[in-house]
Amino acid sequence: MQKRSIIPILYILFLMLPIYWLVAMSFKTTQEILGGFSLFPQTWTLASYKTIFTDPTWYWGYINSILYVTINTVISVTVALPAAYAFSRYRFLGDKQLFFWLLTNRMAPAAVFALPFFQLYSAMELFDTHIAVALAHCLFNIPLAVWILEGFMGGVPKELDETAFVDGYSFPRFFTQIFLPTIKAGVGVAAFFCFMFSWVELLLAKTLTAVYAKPIAATMTRTASSAGYELGLLAAAGTLTIIPGAIVIWFVRNYIAKGFALGRV
Amino acid sequence: MRKVNQKGWFFVLPVLILVAFNALVPMMTVVNYSVQETFGNNQFFWHGLGWFQDILRSERFHAALGRQFLFTFLILVIEVPLGVIIALSMPRKGFWVPVCLVTMALPMLIPWNVVGAMWNIFTLPDIGLLGYFMNHVLGIDYNMTRSPFAAWVTIITMDVWHWTSLVVLLCYAGLVSIPDAYYQAAKIDGASNWAVFRYIQLPKMKQVLTIAVLLRFMDSFNVYTEPFVLTGGGPGNSTTLLSIDLVKIALGQFDLGPAAAMSLIYFAITLFVSWLFYTLMTRHDVK
Repeated sequence: MQKRSIIPILYILFLMLPIYWLVAMSFKTTQEILGGFSLFPQTWTLASYKTIFTDPTWYWGYINSILYVTINTVISVTVALPAAYAFSRYRFLGDKQLFFWLLTNRMAPAAVFALPFFQLYSAMELFDTHIAVALAHCLFNIPLAVWILEGFMGGVPKELDETAFVDGYSFPRFFTQIFLPTIKAGVGVAAFFCFMFSWVELLLAKTLTAVYAKPIAATMTRTASSAGYELGLLAAAGTLTIIPGAIVIWFVRNYIAKGFALGRV
Repeated sequence: MRKVNQKGWFFVLPVLILVAFNALVPMMTVVNYSVQETFGNNQFFWHGLGWFQDILRSERFHAALGRQFLFTFLILVIEVPLGVIIALSMPRKGFWVPVCLVTMALPMLIPWNVVGAMWNIFTLPDIGLLGYFMNHVLGIDYNMTRSPFAAWVTIITMDVWHWTSLVVLLCYAGLVSIPDAYYQAAKIDGASNWAVFRYIQLPKMKQVLTIAVLLRFMDSFNVYTEPFVLTGGGPGNSTTLLSIDLVKIALGQFDLGPAAAMSLIYFAITLFVSWLFYTLMTRHDVK
């Protein structure tokens, strides 16, 4: 044990404290929460979780969120793959400008777009559907996916492409049978990032939905304001939103450091 | 050298269509609103650059912009050095690496309003862990619904909690790509820890640090959900950041013209500062 490992330990402790408090509160009774301070739940209860799993407005929130996040991830990665290939292998008119323009979309405040998005998707009669949220999230996820995949593809030597073409591979066969398996770590990382940013975004998701595609996080906001002080329920719902992220992150743990560098190290 | 091949456009077309659809149509809507005045009933009148002048002269906009810059400045000054220090002291191999990476990345995967709600629960004066500790153990009067200072400390701490890991993971990725031979050479030369950091680790981290600073700037400058859920912009207007003010004007008061003009000014500032950071941080690479 080195002396300097105290810093990461302290940092992780700091990260875990608020999460611990949320999880601890989700197992407490409302009486105990409002009755005073207690470090651990005195009487463990699963009542809050039971409410969530039996009330359709609650559990449909989860299904909605997972649905549009999945649709978005599939769309983003699928269209980003050929684009990233073009950016990493070819030069074409306006390629640099196009790449920069894509990235500027990551800078636009979601607050700026909320109202026009609402009007746009209402006009197309997509309001309150999963596909609307999935398409809207493409605004910032596609540029990100292109950026990450381009970084990973840049690390693959061009000789691979040339050899395959000499061997008589057609482009689609080369792309799906040779190139994709080579950069599968990059695809995993890109998918992870799309999942992450679509999962945590709420402003657009909330603006574009009302009932049928309402995300879980929006259901929580409503509960927090209308039902007053149901802190236990709020904490349980919050705890459950951490779980999908934790599962996904476990799958990409070995690539995550490289992925955060967007493949550019 | 990449081949010149105009077929590239064919490959990027789906991306172009999807992003342009999402970016250009709403952007044009915003531009449209920003130069018009409405008295309801969907009747619009040409208003020229009036809204832009109003916004640029308004005290309220200056105050929100000032708070926004202060917030972003504090975030960058705290998170970037802290992230570098943590990345430097992390283990490079072994069992603890994935444990560190996964636990550190966890806060970034929590929906933003849940982050706000979680910190709200955490800081409640009498029943939150932090609130209780401050008020009853340390005896410091801490209540962010009353004191603007406490509210600021809380939103800064929350953002540090939420996003420092991004800087850590980026820097860590830069650090693990340094070959061991570099360190051995430095050891033979008798280089101090500082020299190793300054001449080996920092140059290797430079590219990822640029990405980190840019991402942290963009995201903290556009932050909305977490501080809104936590403080609602209060007490008073003390934590009303630019985006919170914008949403108040656009969706609260439904003043579409001023809100649209403000959006465009806001976006222009973000673009300009991002460009400035990018140019300053990469200017030595060109030579």
